[in-house]
Amino acid sequence: MYNTMGIIFTGGKNNRLKELSAERSISAVPFGGKYRAIDFALSNMINSGIRNVGIPTQYNFHSLMDHLGSGKEWDLDRKNDGLFILTPYLSEYGTGWYKGNADAMYKNLTFLNRSNEEFVVINQGYAIYNMNYIDILKQHVDKDADVTIACRHMNDFPKEYLCALGIIEADRDKRITDIQEKPLNPKSHFASMGVYIIKRKLLITLLEECAAHGYYEFVRDILVKKVNELRIYNYEFTGYWKPLCNIQLYYQTNMELLNPSVRYELFMKNGNIFTKVKDESPAKYNEEAIVRNAIIADGCIIEGLVENSILFRGVNVQRGAVINNSIVMQNSIICENTSLDYCILDKNVVITPNKQLRGDKNWPLIVGKNVVV
Amino acid sequence: MTKDIIALILAGGTGTRLGILTKLLAKPAVLYGGKYRIIDFTLSNCINSGIDTVGVLTQYRPLQLNNHIGIGKPWDMDRMNGGVTILSPFTKQFKGEWYSGTADAVYQNMHYINEQKPQYVIILSGDHVYKMNYSMMLDFHKKNNADLTISTIEIPLEEAHRYGIIHATDEGKIYGFEEKPQEPKSNLASMGVYIFNMDVLKESLVADRSIEGSSHDFGKNIIPKLLKDGKSLWAYTFSGYWRDVGTIQAFYESNMDLIARVPQFNLFDPNWKIYTPNPVKPAHYIGEFGYVSKSIIPEGCMIFGQVKNSIIFPGVTIEENASVEDSIIMSKSTVKSGSRINCTIVGEKTTLGQNVRTGMGDYAENIFNSKIYKTKIAMIGSNTIVPDNTTIGCNVVIDNGILPQDFPYTDIPSGYALLKGGDGNV
Repeated sequence: MYNTMGIIFTGGKNNRLKELSAERSISAVPFGGKYRAIDFALSNMINSGIRNVGIPTQYNFHSLMDHLGSGKEWDLDRKNDGLFILTPYLSEYGTGWYKGNADAMYKNLTFLNRSNEEFVVINQGYAIYNMNYIDILKQHVDKDADVTIACRHMNDFPKEYLCALGIIEADRDKRITDIQEKPLNPKSHFASMGVYIIKRKLLITLLEECAAHGYYEFVRDILVKKVNELRIYNYEFTGYWKPLCNIQLYYQTNMELLNPSVRYELFMKNGNIFTKVKDESPAKYNEEAIVRNAIIADGCIIEGLVENSILFRGVNVQRGAVINNSIVMQNSIICENTSLDYCILDKNVVITPNKQLRGDKNWPLIVGKNVVV
Repeated sequence: MTKDIIALILAGGTGTRLGILTKLLAKPAVLYGGKYRIIDFTLSNCINSGIDTVGVLTQYRPLQLNNHIGIGKPWDMDRMNGGVTILSPFTKQFKGEWYSGTADAVYQNMHYINEQKPQYVIILSGDHVYKMNYSMMLDFHKKNNADLTISTIEIPLEEAHRYGIIHATDEGKIYGFEEKPQEPKSNLASMGVYIFNMDVLKESLVADRSIEGSSHDFGKNIIPKLLKDGKSLWAYTFSGYWRDVGTIQAFYESNMDLIARVPQFNLFDPNWKIYTPNPVKPAHYIGEFGYVSKSIIPEGCMIFGQVKNSIIFPGVTIEENASVEDSIIMSKSTVKSGSRINCTIVGEKTTLGQNVRTGMGDYAENIFNSKIYKTKIAMIGSNTIVPDNTTIGCNVVIDNGILPQDFPYTDIPSGYALLKGGDGNV
């Protein structure tokens, strides 16, 4: 067991997830019937034995904080260490908005200084994967690396989305020789997963140096600039990993949960994924229900037809309603004789009777939170 | 801070009439309704009624129950002041004794009650399924300046001989009480829910302690005595779903009540949630050829076959071409492909092999115990493995922990019992 703490980034300001991230941080976007995206990053840390986790966040973090609470569900309500949500603050040195992720860590140097773990795992709250960090830590120590970056061959990833990632070049010894952050023309599909291992003391030194130069991005201003100076290694991860970069990927990744091998890898193989509990009653199927190839969460009442879809907690599907290829979030109501195809319904949406909503496979129709159609 | 009211839940019930369901755990810990254990209803009623100080009196096989309750987190009872406390029997300086009756159990924990200094104590049973706001009963108790208020429910007269029967005026003043009468004259039954004034409770328990031959039971001894002494006893009328799921038939029927289109007992009420430890499992999955109708399915299940009129618990797998009908399948069990499960209660972590048939044939009297096992329902225990191609009849009992080599034939006739010796500890 390595003496490790964690930092989870929750994503900057962007509207790539459209209405879904309009009112919430990208890491707080609901996923897979009962989760929020950050549950994966956080549970991975728990399953790797990490008990001290800091989460810097600044955009629309209300729902994230509501979700994480005191960290009870992740067993992080500890007397020592536990969960720390690091929001921006005002101080005499100017306004506290985080200018970038290095700046976010720098502004919370007290948290890093006060912790006493030897290593830090940094990861991103918007990627869906189940990974135990023990192996990468082991390699990090074995290679005597300064930084180790988890990387993955993104063969299963649409080429046009590669430019949202960092592309890595490495030598035979796995030492990274070049990092291209979000390149327009990616040279390969070997990409960084945004998971970094670094010694806490080194991280503090690098952050101080970075801030002294007036820089604020961890990858652009530290890793890329020091790619020759620091011993940066890659660790190849071969499991399932999907970042929720845009709506298409969000939709596809949800739908991939219908695949048993993906479900097995994400939820059963390496450890549990923890999330906030809602104390819903089990789902109830009435006589007319026809459900095929679907994920249904607790608290649903189903009287209609549901196929190739994901229903979150407390969804009500009334008689004669037909739901195909869709994602329906918490407490939405699909009234009688309504049909949905390729739709994403946010929380508390009501689709009144006899409506027909239809999106496209590559452009699912999104209905925002609390909307009555 | 002292509390106005605290609750004591009697959870030592052996639940003998539930057969193998309670062989290894106390009745309040028996699984119910796709996710819950029976005691969840009483505990949730407490917290929903604003009672946050609860003592749970255990005695019979308390391991699961203790694990389940823990520090009371799911019920929001992990409190600095109050919260849930497990009260198990203990040895005293000069002797040790078990709880010999409901009243004795409370008497032996008088020190717990004294410490909390409540004005009122509500005594509850951990084996009932119902949703009730105890604060309304407390208001009734206070309004009538009662010494003891008993919660009552109207039941069919023909079942009245199984209950404590209450005779009361229209306003609710009790003037008569009969415990399990042969010829009941009223259909107002006691639910085993009592609100006592603290001093009355203390006095009557101490007095009962010294009565020779008393069975130290609230229904048999304490209430008749209080009535005789001219204390002010009131009957609070509860109307709603209430079941003592004491027999296999009652347990089965009450579970099945939940799958009606509009169930009499609504678990979907956001204002009266029933809490329980939540399984850390993903939402359930229904396969491409899966079919589910009129059933309850919780998280962590994978349904590739057919499920009809059934209650399924978390983590159950129903393989392709398997069908489950009119059955209850408890947590983490597997029904393998080609099996047909009919009218069966299957325990936790049990595997039913390929092409197993259950609930086949006609009813036959159970060879082991025809008083407990007298329904069509086949009972299969927990941690049991039923080998492939086994056929099981009606009213069959297959004990907890039975392995394939224990099966004498591949065709188990109706009424057969396959039991495991020993005390169930190993």
